[in-house]
Amino acid sequence: MSPSPGDLVLDAQDLHKTFHTGRSGLRRSRVSAVDGVSLQLRAGESLGIVGESGCGKSTLARMIVGLERPDSGSITVNGKDVTKVRGRDRRLMRSEVQMVFQDPYTSLDPRMTVLELIGEPLVVHKRVTGSAARRDRVAELLGLVNLAPELMHRYPHQFSGGQRQRIGIARALALEPRVLVCDEPVSALDMSVQAQVVNLLRDLQQRMGIALLFIAHDLSVVRHVADRTAVMYLGRLAELGDTDTVYDQPAHPYTQALLSASPVVDRTRRRLASRIMLAGDPPSPSDPPSGCRFHTRCRFSQDRCVSETPALRALAEQDPRTVACHFAEEVRQAAPPAPLAV
Amino acid sequence: MVNYGQERPFRYWGEHAMESSIDSTSRALEVRGLSVTFTTRRGPVPAVVGVDLDVARGELVALLGESGSGKSAAARAIMGLSDRNATVTADTLKLGDTDLRSLSEQQHRKLRGTRMSLVFQDALSALNPVLSIGDQLGELFREHRDMSRRAARAAAVDLLGQVGIPAPARRISDYPHQFSGGMRQRILIAMAIALRPELIVADEPTTALDVTVQAQILELLDTLRRDLDMAVLLITHDLGVVSEVADRVMVMYAGRVVEAGSADDLLRAPAHPYTEALLRSVPRADRREGRLHAISGSPPSPSNQPDGCPFHPRCEYVVDECRTTRPPLTVLTDTSARLAACHRSEEVRHVAVAG
Repeated sequence: MSPSPGDLVLDAQDLHKTFHTGRSGLRRSRVSAVDGVSLQLRAGESLGIVGESGCGKSTLARMIVGLERPDSGSITVNGKDVTKVRGRDRRLMRSEVQMVFQDPYTSLDPRMTVLELIGEPLVVHKRVTGSAARRDRVAELLGLVNLAPELMHRYPHQFSGGQRQRIGIARALALEPRVLVCDEPVSALDMSVQAQVVNLLRDLQQRMGIALLFIAHDLSVVRHVADRTAVMYLGRLAELGDTDTVYDQPAHPYTQALLSASPVVDRTRRRLASRIMLAGDPPSPSDPPSGCRFHTRCRFSQDRCVSETPALRALAEQDPRTVACHFAEEVRQAAPPAPLAV
Repeated sequence: MVNYGQERPFRYWGEHAMESSIDSTSRALEVRGLSVTFTTRRGPVPAVVGVDLDVARGELVALLGESGSGKSAAARAIMGLSDRNATVTADTLKLGDTDLRSLSEQQHRKLRGTRMSLVFQDALSALNPVLSIGDQLGELFREHRDMSRRAARAAAVDLLGQVGIPAPARRISDYPHQFSGGMRQRILIAMAIALRPELIVADEPTTALDVTVQAQILELLDTLRRDLDMAVLLITHDLGVVSEVADRVMVMYAGRVVEAGSADDLLRAPAHPYTEALLRSVPRADRREGRLHAISGSPPSPSNQPDGCPFHPRCEYVVDECRTTRPPLTVLTDTSARLAACHRSEEVRHVAVAG
């Protein structure tokens, strides 16, 4: 039974995750990777998550697919809180949320054929009985990702990077999940191949009504895939909303800086010189700044930002996004720098 | 074994096609007919074939290509850092007035660091984890400039300041792991410019970095090459990076240069279908189109290349001639410095201008 479009399929509430990373000096050091993130995902919708390394986007993804357990918070898939379930229920939930990994070279077992790779989840979850049924289903899945079914007896090394990523996608689709989580699915691919995979994911999502959680550091890719976009900074959401709104009228200073630093292929609008400079480097997540975690690098920073953590709030009645900044109204006025709005 | 032969086995275009108006005094790097062939168990694999390349002082030339295009192999051959199983041949390989082909390994090593230097992609593995930054930077001055320990340290502090590391005097004793990725890349750049080389080869210097840090590093490279009048050869796969900083671009595909020209011209009106398709397939952050333009297939492996034009199985402009005859790299009409290797380059160029 496939969910009808608009149904809430994934509801993550107030997720927290802290890692313990040995000692630094006398005390144990703790890395706050995800700090109070809430997300909703509806059937047939795609949500992009962007942010720089260390912002917690991959940890968030791993919690949602069940590879990490959140310290607190809840993840509800299809009405069931999956952070609490164990054993058989857990397995059931796994089949609802599947993941496509970043590196197609290391995420496929080199000693398994494509038939075994894609067939494995079907067998584990007892979705097919008999090898003929398995073969038919694998052929069907290969067709879905535009690979010839005759290729199913080959091994991963006989495929190119783009083809391997298609195999990874077919494997993730085998159990007909409601949510597909893609963690940097194209960043390891050659640039002439990236567009193929981006288009494929978009097609599958629209055709099959899957909810897509698309994580990437590349803002331009996310713009093409995501209906809504979330910007993360040091474990928290900075801005979340309708993709076009976030990109065209960013209201968080970090979103603005990120967009202005993203290179554009257009010689008439070279932006390195005119970009918004961020002071310093990203702070370490093991010692995040107080208050707003972005205040150390923010050009709008004031005393209030140091002491008071901004909540994610709606800007206006009609505005389809939320922002975690005390001064979002002024920030939105101050930007965007001209090149974005042509 | 590195063997700079005099002969040039592959040659498709004549001397008249020598590009650009660089005069010999300002030329930092001059390469003609560079080929690199790897010897493998399955026979010779040509990774780079007949590449011509000039970089003037103060100029930033981007070598753009995907994995297997030969861009890194070409860069390493120029630096004299090719693997053991690589055979390098070239008609001309000159750094300023020095013929690199005639140098011994020892002479070559002396040149690296002083007159040309390399910035690697992965700064953490390029730095020595057990030596402080001050020791690693200072070593350059003590080794090549015969400075005392104290003078070398002072010079190292200067250098760190120059590449934008805050409080350099305090950080000079720190070790590589104590710096962030962007800072480590700055340190690598500091080491590369320490002895004021004529040429810097930067091999994907920002690929491992976040966008905000990438922008800082690109800007640093851009400023330094102007201030210090250095030639920069930037190896990259990223069209956005090329567009932001390059003066000239050379596009490589399957071991050969398929298109070259000034960045302004080439990005506005590409004349090779590969460049044209790449430009169309790149998603843009500043606007949203429907489907992305996808190039079918994937780049060929160097050991198994198609006949004729190596791009023909993926090309939208393919005609019968492309399957049998490899198009030579030729000068486009009405230009002095635009080159493309395509039978239909004039058409491609006009389509691109119109579209």
